Amino acid sequence: MTITIPPTIRGIEFSADMLFVTAKAWILTLLGRFLPDWLIVLASITISGVVILCLGPLIMMYLTLLERKLIGRIQNRYGPNRVGKWGLLQPIADGIKMFTKEDIVPAKADKVVHLLAPIAIVVPALMIFLVVPFGERMTAVNLNIGLLYFIAVSSITILPIFMGSWASRNKYSLLGGMRTAAQMISYEIPMTLAVVPVIMMSQSLSTNTIVLTQEGSYDMNWFIFTPWGIVGFVIFFLCATAECNRPPFDLPEAESELVAGFHTEYSGMKFALFYMAEYMNAFTLCGIAVTLFLGGWQGPFFPSWLWFSGKTFVLICVMIWFRGTFPRFRVDHLMGFAWKFLLPLTLINILLTALWQFTSNLAAWLWSILILGVSLWTLVKLNRTFVPEKRHYLLES
Amino acid sequence: MTLFGWGVLKGMGVTFKNFLTSYFRKPDEGGIFTVQYPEEREGTAENYRNFPFLVYDGAPEKIRCVACGICERECPPKCIHIEMELDAAGKPARKPAVFDIDYGLCMNCGMCEEVCPFDSIFMDHAFEVAAPERQIGLVRHKKELLKSNEYFREIRPALASAIDQKRKAVEEKKKAAAQPASSQSSGGTGSL
Amino acid sequence: MLEINFGPQHPSTHGVFRMTVQLEGEKICGLKPVFGYLHRNHEQIAENLPYAAIMTYTDRLDYVNALSNNFGYALTVEKLAGLEVPERAQYIRIIMAELARIVNHIAVIGFMLNDLGAFFTPLLYAFRERERILDLFEAVTGSRLMNNYFCFSGVKRDLTDANLAVIKKMILKFPAFLEEFEALLTKNEILCMRCQNIGILSGETATNAGITGPVLRASGVNYDIRKVDRYGIYDRFDFKIPLGQKGDVYDRFYVRVLEIRESLKILDQALTQIPQGEIINKKSLSILKMPRNFKPPVGEAYGRVESPKGELGFYVVSDGTPQPWRYHVRAPSLINLTVLEEMCLGQKIADAIIILGSIDIVLGETDR
Repeated sequence: MTITIPPTIRGIEFSADMLFVTAKAWILTLLGRFLPDWLIVLASITISGVVILCLGPLIMMYLTLLERKLIGRIQNRYGPNRVGKWGLLQPIADGIKMFTKEDIVPAKADKVVHLLAPIAIVVPALMIFLVVPFGERMTAVNLNIGLLYFIAVSSITILPIFMGSWASRNKYSLLGGMRTAAQMISYEIPMTLAVVPVIMMSQSLSTNTIVLTQEGSYDMNWFIFTPWGIVGFVIFFLCATAECNRPPFDLPEAESELVAGFHTEYSGMKFALFYMAEYMNAFTLCGIAVTLFLGGWQGPFFPSWLWFSGKTFVLICVMIWFRGTFPRFRVDHLMGFAWKFLLPLTLINILLTALWQFTSNLAAWLWSILILGVSLWTLVKLNRTFVPEKRHYLLES
Repeated sequence: MTLFGWGVLKGMGVTFKNFLTSYFRKPDEGGIFTVQYPEEREGTAENYRNFPFLVYDGAPEKIRCVACGICERECPPKCIHIEMELDAAGKPARKPAVFDIDYGLCMNCGMCEEVCPFDSIFMDHAFEVAAPERQIGLVRHKKELLKSNEYFREIRPALASAIDQKRKAVEEKKKAAAQPASSQSSGGTGSL
Repeated sequence: MLEINFGPQHPSTHGVFRMTVQLEGEKICGLKPVFGYLHRNHEQIAENLPYAAIMTYTDRLDYVNALSNNFGYALTVEKLAGLEVPERAQYIRIIMAELARIVNHIAVIGFMLNDLGAFFTPLLYAFRERERILDLFEAVTGSRLMNNYFCFSGVKRDLTDANLAVIKKMILKFPAFLEEFEALLTKNEILCMRCQNIGILSGETATNAGITGPVLRASGVNYDIRKVDRYGIYDRFDFKIPLGQKGDVYDRFYVRVLEIRESLKILDQALTQIPQGEIINKKSLSILKMPRNFKPPVGEAYGRVESPKGELGFYVVSDGTPQPWRYHVRAPSLINLTVLEEMCLGQKIADAIIILGSIDIVLGETDR
């Protein structure tokens, strides 16, 4: 592994785009006056780590507030607006509440596993922040297997959920945990396969390179403007919603059926950690979706980190919109949707990408639409459970 | 359209429309109709019935209630307790000495208002009657229940004015009935 | 074989209701409803009260739409004592009963969608409309929920022209809400997947078990007490009865939406036809003033109304005293619950909640 000395202030231009990079370089230059070189590397890593550790929970806190306000507006009411103007201090009040709640562990529960589960779910959620490119030259660690790292780490989250449900010794939690494990494993596969076209077209697994591939005329040559990009994005987004256990795929925490699923028996700080992990996962998955399909930090005219934040914000709003609108899927429908619908669609998507690799003009668009149309029609016909029946109602006097 | 997924998209359209109109429309047509209590308060309708109160005309001594006990008997959860006042000779004066209503038991049915023959007990509009302790705060005694006729007219104008008219008519009739008797008696003494 | 208890405290069992469910994996192989957690001795209390005072307790039976209970009880005692109701009062009764039907069906549809997981959005849209009707109830009867509005041979307060104008405005705005609801949900793929072909109840089973109300009509049986008994003045109005064909959860949900439309039609006709007049028969005014003097003749009477949940019946036996000798309520929620097990066998556990929601029970009635 090569250790590179992080850039100091002499080699960077001053622009809004490079604001944060310049700030970090300025701090490192300051420290460089009285610290040896290897300590500067350590300091650089520490700065990145501290920023991520502060950024993660802060984003999560204000994401919860954003969700409550947006869902409130969808439902024709104000969200929280009592604690601080516009409810801005509400997450702090929630945090204080979570801290001061009594920590109840069921009598017969497995104490060690019960304690480890929330910790083990927060750590992968924070680890994914490392490969998300927040802006130009603003990836925390520029791994050249970034995407593989992301997929591997996000698969770890299945295990702590199952640990939590098993350690609680509660029938409801057990049901919830079983469902979650099945759901998350099933949705990993279409998610991974939906990412394959991106790897094919950008010829690299590094997130930074994937974003750089999407620059072109006016920085708008994003992957989503291609036929395989649209399909891949929709599939990836749906799988991402399922991976975070967000509605409409939120069976594990189905409030009206199993009270709270796998985190029924958790209270206080442990519950806060589960909650935190879910929202941080939502943020990072949206961030990765933006990186892969929507062009990352590419965009004309505005600084790169502003583009990235804006796009991620839009995707998170769409996730919240889903929550406000849809009823929940049932377990067998969930599985059926992943295996019988999304998976064949991802394979056809790979075929479309290969076609696009050869030509990328109007003929390719028309062929893609034809292939997609035929395959969608076949899949819908084969999956008869998803199609609403027509009903007739008699009106007698 | 029978395209797969169209129903889902239509649903999302409806919620998006509601999201936008919540900013721009008035409360009655799709905007937000939350009333930010306690800074803003919505008024109550005239007929709104909450807990009962007693009416006096002019001064709290001129209470209309005569302690007949009908409301005490008719109250379904039996939350009224009345004791008649006895005057110096031990005979019942037609006024209540004790008139307790347990707001904790009262179910706001309005039976006491319906059966009272003397127009003295009516249902109030005040609903902010929380108290820290049930026996001390929620059992209301006569002096807390007494409210003036002006207050009654303020909260229930139609009913109060109808009752005032009725009482005035009854009084006029009584005065008219008393008048010929007094002229007869004065004539009688005059002739003697 | 796992035995799970959907305990009395649960976010979506519509009150304190318990189901013990035996599961094999996700499939239900046995279900037993346990109720009685809200038993309040309603019938026993009524044996010690004069007839007019019992009216104040009937609101609390089906607390979602209190006016239908009042209607049923008033009808029964009028039958027992042979009292007549003036014209205007009849029209006001019909208007109130149909408004109560709308209020109930909106609440049921909203809560069913909430159970499905739609996180309050359809529920809050539905309740927005319901608030207008409840504000009207407050202006007319004095209270939003526990109305205590009907009395023997009439109603207690008159509907002013302002109230009628409010009802008219509400009727004009309502179809827009129903359109929005249909756009949001009726063709929604997820809803159809969750509700179609779930909890099928055949018309024969339903008739044999004594089911009434929208549950029966969704299974295809044409039985509506408003058309059969023609109580009140329902025979003067032109309205139709929606019937489903399959008897699954989706049918029960949609039949209620169609019934709201029919109620709007009845309200429209009633508002144009309502005459001026007195709201209570002069001969029965004394019952209001002196409830203890009302002694109906010795005998018994059973009066029933089409409450939004089914056939709500009141059975009163009088022995010549001011208090009834026996008073019994035939609660539709209780009778409709008897087929819950049959509908749920073989379904997944998530469906049990939906099926329970579609039967539309309220614990105040079930447990009395």
